[in-house]
Amino acid sequence: MPTDPDLNALFLAGLDGDARAYARLLHALRPRLQAFFARRIGRDAGEVEDLVQETLIAIHTKRATFDRSQPFGAWLFAIARYKLVDHFRRTGRRAQASLDDAGELAVADESAASDARADVARGLAVLSPRTRELVQGVKLDGTPVAELAARTGLSEGAVKVAVHRGVARMAAALRGVPASKDAPPGGSPDE
Amino acid sequence: MSDELIERLSRDLKPVPRLAVARRLAIGLGVGAVVSAVLTRATLGFRPDMTEAMGEAMFWVKLAYTAAIAGLGCWIVERLARPAGDARRRTIWLLLPFAAVAMLAAWQLMQAAPGERMHKIMGGSADACPWCVLLFATPPMLGLVWAVRGLAPTRLRLTGAMLGLAAGGAGAAAYALHCDEMTAPFLAVWYTLGILGAGAIGALVGPRALRW
Repeated sequence: MPTDPDLNALFLAGLDGDARAYARLLHALRPRLQAFFARRIGRDAGEVEDLVQETLIAIHTKRATFDRSQPFGAWLFAIARYKLVDHFRRTGRRAQASLDDAGELAVADESAASDARADVARGLAVLSPRTRELVQGVKLDGTPVAELAARTGLSEGAVKVAVHRGVARMAAALRGVPASKDAPPGGSPDE
Repeated sequence: MSDELIERLSRDLKPVPRLAVARRLAIGLGVGAVVSAVLTRATLGFRPDMTEAMGEAMFWVKLAYTAAIAGLGCWIVERLARPAGDARRRTIWLLLPFAAVAMLAAWQLMQAAPGERMHKIMGGSADACPWCVLLFATPPMLGLVWAVRGLAPTRLRLTGAMLGLAAGGAGAAAYALHCDEMTAPFLAVWYTLGILGAGAIGALVGPRALRW
């Protein structure tokens, strides 16, 4: 998804009451949110559509909480992520997909991506060195499983299982500890 | 479906005032604090020696301490109530009143004769003080929960804790209008305990009460 620096300006105009700019912004956000949620909860179009609508409504009703001195992308990503985690909590599903970076929501700012990077780094830290190497190789560097299997002397199946379990552990760790920014307690909304 | 929704959301779009978040929090905290002060007056009564007390520094230290915690807590919540809001720097400031009163208390204890120290800490109402602070923290707690529910915190437990500390500060300020303890050690121990208790309650209820 290409970045679009205009979203920031459209949203600011919307905050000042410009309904046309605001509608344009929401229309531009819709496919991004669809991609964001589809990638994380799978292809159930109904569920994705519900989340997209919920998020659009949240963007609208909570728009006063946007700090005009901050990047719009970070704010948007935080809302989408909150709605996603909320969805996982309600449906009791695992949140492993939320570890991914905010690619689809990229709105020409760094902080959302760096948040996600911090999450990934924190998740990786809970793994054993061996598992970390495998997760990093497969999920982050895109190394073929066969190559990693050859390098580590494990079977391909064993590599896949280790990676799968490692990612699940990272997800559990991230749900259990506060999200990257503030100090001690608090964290994801299911805490 | 979404098209309709977008059309509906952008129809009659109203401009958002820049200080909307701060104003909402100020209303929640302010109304809660006033209710607490009225409750203090109605139940325990203001201290009878109010006029003389107002001439003493310690009376104002108590109010300044509690009001500072209320204000700083609220200031932190002003950040935490925004998605992606970063309140780390603001949180450091909150340590200031605690540290200042702890140091004042230590200094007063060192100045006191050994036999008086225990009395400086315990005063005459140590067993009631934290509970009263907690009780009078309830109205500002409700006010702030109302305010934050209209905002969008993403770290609900942390936000709840800070909101609770702010409410504890406001409740303690109201109770200070009744309480006639005039030593810093008493303030540093029992008021602080009540305020931290309110923070703990906030952390406990935050994840449920602040969900949106």
